[in-house]
Amino acid sequence: MGADTIDKVLMTGNEAMAEAGIRAGCRAYFGYPITPQNELLEYMSAHMPQAGGAFIQAESEIAAINMCYGASAAGVRTMTSSSSPGISLKMEGISYIAGADLPCVIVNVVRGGPGLGNIAPAQGDYFQATKGGGHGDYRMIVLGPSTIPEATEHVMLAFELADKYRGPVMILADGMLGQMMEPVVLPKPVDPATLPAKPWALTGAKGREPNIVTSFYLDPEELNMMDVKRESRYRQIEEQEVRYEEHETADATVVIAAYGSVARIARTVVKMARGEGIKLGLLRPISLWPFPYAPLRAIADRVDAILTVEMNAGQMVEDVRLAVAERAQTPFYGVLGGLVPTPKDILREVKRYAG
Amino acid sequence: MPVSTENMVKVFERPNSLNESQFSYCPGCHHGVVTRIVAQTIDELEIRERTVLVAPVGCSVSMYQWFRCDGTQASHGRACAVATGLKRVNPNLIVFTYQGDGDLAAIGTAESIHAANRGENITVIFINNQIYGMTGGQMAPTTLLGQWATSCPDGREGSLAGYPLRFAEMVAQLEAPVYVTRQSVYDQKRIMATTRAIMKAFRYQVEGKGYALVEVLTNCPTNWKMGPVEANRRLADEVVKTFPLGDLVDRGQSG
Repeated sequence: MGADTIDKVLMTGNEAMAEAGIRAGCRAYFGYPITPQNELLEYMSAHMPQAGGAFIQAESEIAAINMCYGASAAGVRTMTSSSSPGISLKMEGISYIAGADLPCVIVNVVRGGPGLGNIAPAQGDYFQATKGGGHGDYRMIVLGPSTIPEATEHVMLAFELADKYRGPVMILADGMLGQMMEPVVLPKPVDPATLPAKPWALTGAKGREPNIVTSFYLDPEELNMMDVKRESRYRQIEEQEVRYEEHETADATVVIAAYGSVARIARTVVKMARGEGIKLGLLRPISLWPFPYAPLRAIADRVDAILTVEMNAGQMVEDVRLAVAERAQTPFYGVLGGLVPTPKDILREVKRYAG
Repeated sequence: MPVSTENMVKVFERPNSLNESQFSYCPGCHHGVVTRIVAQTIDELEIRERTVLVAPVGCSVSMYQWFRCDGTQASHGRACAVATGLKRVNPNLIVFTYQGDGDLAAIGTAESIHAANRGENITVIFINNQIYGMTGGQMAPTTLLGQWATSCPDGREGSLAGYPLRFAEMVAQLEAPVYVTRQSVYDQKRIMATTRAIMKAFRYQVEGKGYALVEVLTNCPTNWKMGPVEANRRLADEVVKTFPLGDLVDRGQSG
């Protein structure tokens, strides 16, 4: 079965994100095995060569992200994927990719941590993804899909944003999104030849001045200039690329703030709460950086509490509190260790702040 | 009195692949010799317009500023992975890395070995000066036993700090590499031999034959705390005993 001829298919999240990558015009994938993202690597090993692209199972995640640096510098849409411990290894490379203004899509199928942790779904990498992770002043667009169809769309979007803003874009999934199967309508394939030219790419200095791809500027004035220029792009991203979804927030007195798999569970909680007469809503950040501070602030003025629910010890809640600035209560409910909260657990928490 | 150049014939000039900027290498250092040989080779093979150089972290970190070809700079040790990415998506490019012993044989051992083992069609120029130059003279994986360095003040002690790593020999054990050689540039004869070796390494890539490694034993007068003449003598008399010169693998001749 080849997904290339069928548009609606039943796929695991990992496979769907891989196929979406190829359809987005990605022609270079480098990865390393780690659970729970292996299917993405395996899918690429079979399908990337068919698409005429480069696939290498690298000797490490470090090598993989640096192969991405090279392939992206050559002007090709480039992707890697891993899971938490492997993403830690990629962080140096991600900083270089940001510093050299290279587009690259990185999928993190997050698992339990810290350390080796376990292979169950978790959200413990939120800080790493949205607040830096690698060294230096850089930002990375981070998308937090909630379903497999959305993860598929995010891959397409990630490549567009990476090219547009010339930087790394991460899809922050989790073990559940990676492993679960759902029907997916696959996006129409993009022909890489039709993508906008990259005049900065390393294609050989034929009939032009040499192109240089580097993050190295020994002179502080020069580095400052490059950094300031990049910062202005980051401000533009903050203005134009905030994505979020509001669900039943119009009359809500309590709103759950949750992203990814937890937001999916929270939708069920909203339904259950509404059935019991509790005016519960959901605000789901889709772009985790840039974070939807303004929409949260607007909601905070009209509700009693915004309950942040995460599969970690409280990471996104810091951004929620920054947005809300004490306009409403901002309690937190989290589960750790790769455990997934049940709708009943979350509803019990909601009831502490409703009415 | 100024000399007229009117009736003179130019017999030696800057390679076309280099721009007008000055190398940042120290006086007496062999880096400049090898960098020039690489530029000359690019000229002779007429590949400047499709060459991409991958600079390392080390004394040649800003090498791309001196060449008239496309270039990039890799994170410490990862030059061979970056070169792999470039070459795999655009096999028409001529891709080379230029790395020191710390970059290639310490922090980048995995990337360097695995690129060789995959037989990536790239050229690796490996500058072995037995010391960390740019950071001020710390011990390298190639530092000789007993050799002083700022981070082995009593001289390298094998039982504590390991032994000089023979990277060319390691790579020569692999099946994929087409050309593995160790050369030096301490006298004119050796400079000629290194020139031939670098030419062969690039030619094999142009011909699509595969991975080539040219290890070049070089000096570091600054951090060895020696004059260039004394440093050259040390290379010829001592360093070659640990790192013998010559071809280790040449599978590129036939076919």
